[in-house]
Amino acid sequence: MSAPTWTGRVRTRGLAAFPPERLLPDTQPVYVASWIYVFGVLTLAAFVVILASGGVLALAGPAWWHTSSVGHFFNSIHLWSTELFFFFMVVHLWGKFFMAAWRGRRALTWITGAVSFLVSIATAFTGYLTQQNFDSQWIGTQAKDGLNASGIGAFFNVLNFGQMLMWHIVLLPLVVALLIGGHILLVRRRGVVPPL
Amino acid sequence: MTAVRLPQHADPALEWTGAKRRYDLVKEAVIALVAVSLLTVLLASLFSSPDVKPITVAQWSAAAPKDFLATALSELDGTSGVATYGPPYTHVAGAGQNIVGGVSLERALGVQIPIDTAQAFVLGPLAIPARTSPLIARALAIYEGAPPARQRSWTQAFATAVDKGNVVARVRAHRTLYGPVPAMMAELLAMARSGALDGALISTDRFYQTNFTKALLFLSDGSYLENTAAKQNLLGSQWGMMNETGNYPGQAWLWLYTFWYQIPPFSTSANADAQVWAIMGALSLAFVCVPFIPGVRSLPRYVPLYRLIWRDYYRREASA
Repeated sequence: MSAPTWTGRVRTRGLAAFPPERLLPDTQPVYVASWIYVFGVLTLAAFVVILASGGVLALAGPAWWHTSSVGHFFNSIHLWSTELFFFFMVVHLWGKFFMAAWRGRRALTWITGAVSFLVSIATAFTGYLTQQNFDSQWIGTQAKDGLNASGIGAFFNVLNFGQMLMWHIVLLPLVVALLIGGHILLVRRRGVVPPL
Repeated sequence: MTAVRLPQHADPALEWTGAKRRYDLVKEAVIALVAVSLLTVLLASLFSSPDVKPITVAQWSAAAPKDFLATALSELDGTSGVATYGPPYTHVAGAGQNIVGGVSLERALGVQIPIDTAQAFVLGPLAIPARTSPLIARALAIYEGAPPARQRSWTQAFATAVDKGNVVARVRAHRTLYGPVPAMMAELLAMARSGALDGALISTDRFYQTNFTKALLFLSDGSYLENTAAKQNLLGSQWGMMNETGNYPGQAWLWLYTFWYQIPPFSTSANADAQVWAIMGALSLAFVCVPFIPGVRSLPRYVPLYRLIWRDYYRREASA
């Protein structure tokens, strides 16, 4: 018998942690019956709309939306989906807090969610910096003092449009997507926390 | 206050073995995506999004020439906000905010984005017309060849004159008192009004540019940017950068960060930024570590909101 491959080990461990019925179950415990559960999937849906509208804005470059009514409309979609994303996420977060959803070896699920929230704030912030309008000028020149005082400003220059654009459209969304993906897998792995 | 007594449940770490109900995750996700997409399109159609044009140096110099000249003079003689800022822009002994006592991360990391304000905002841009104008070339040569004390006496005298009088008349003022500074400032003002200074502030020895640090720092040293922001209710004392132009929600999620700036001692502290960031750093860490903080992690047991969330389950448990 040949030696087990890395691929085979990953498949074996993946299937052990996430058998299909756990990864995509079509039943849930009876206590999963409240509107509060909807806010997690609403957050995810808003994130998809953000990525899609951001993708459309990226097609013609960062200045397109200033000169095109279609571009401006997609910028508006990008803005409002971000507002909804944070609204849904905050309601989801408070709901999970009052359910003490970290119980039963679910602390990492809480941590990935909390870090997602913080990284999302940074992602939205860099979006405001790269709008190339008066808001960007003002927010950048104001925010630099806090970031400089924390030491972050020495390497994360909010007045450098190119640097902020890269963080906004590549690095931070990738981190948020990975965190959200890990968060969802942890929810599937551990299941929905039972009542107190 | 005591925790409400409820039926005891199995270890929450164990897999649920009780009753289950049908739950179509994929259907829920699709419905959520469609609903959020439609809601977003509706909000975008109804409220659009703000896009107030950025301020240019050309606009600033035309609308507030005195402010522009006063700012340029302060950059030239090293008294501007950026010139005296300290790290990460300038080497100024002791400059930089302290978190507590003499602890300053700003100073510890040092100058990483060096800005020579005289060169970046005045002398460098003026070197462009000096290539074709003997008058400007001579004015620059006189200024740069003069001892620092002489340079300062010229800029200070001229700054006082600009502050008191008519800008156009003052930039043609007496050479003995002001040296080459009036000629330099007249040219800089002309460059600014033509839009040439906007380009000069972002130009380097490379063709493509994406860095607006110098231009934004120059704008932020003047009063025009701040006055414009005040009209839009965007000052720090007006909950600052969590707002945006127009009647839009802005970055409402920054409310706690912005809140600290509204109250003493931070509202009057010279180290407010460092202190607020330290507080927010500690609170963010606490937020991430909620499952491990005694007291905080037990709060949900004392707030009966969970009874509302799981009311059907508890009702079923009670009847059983």
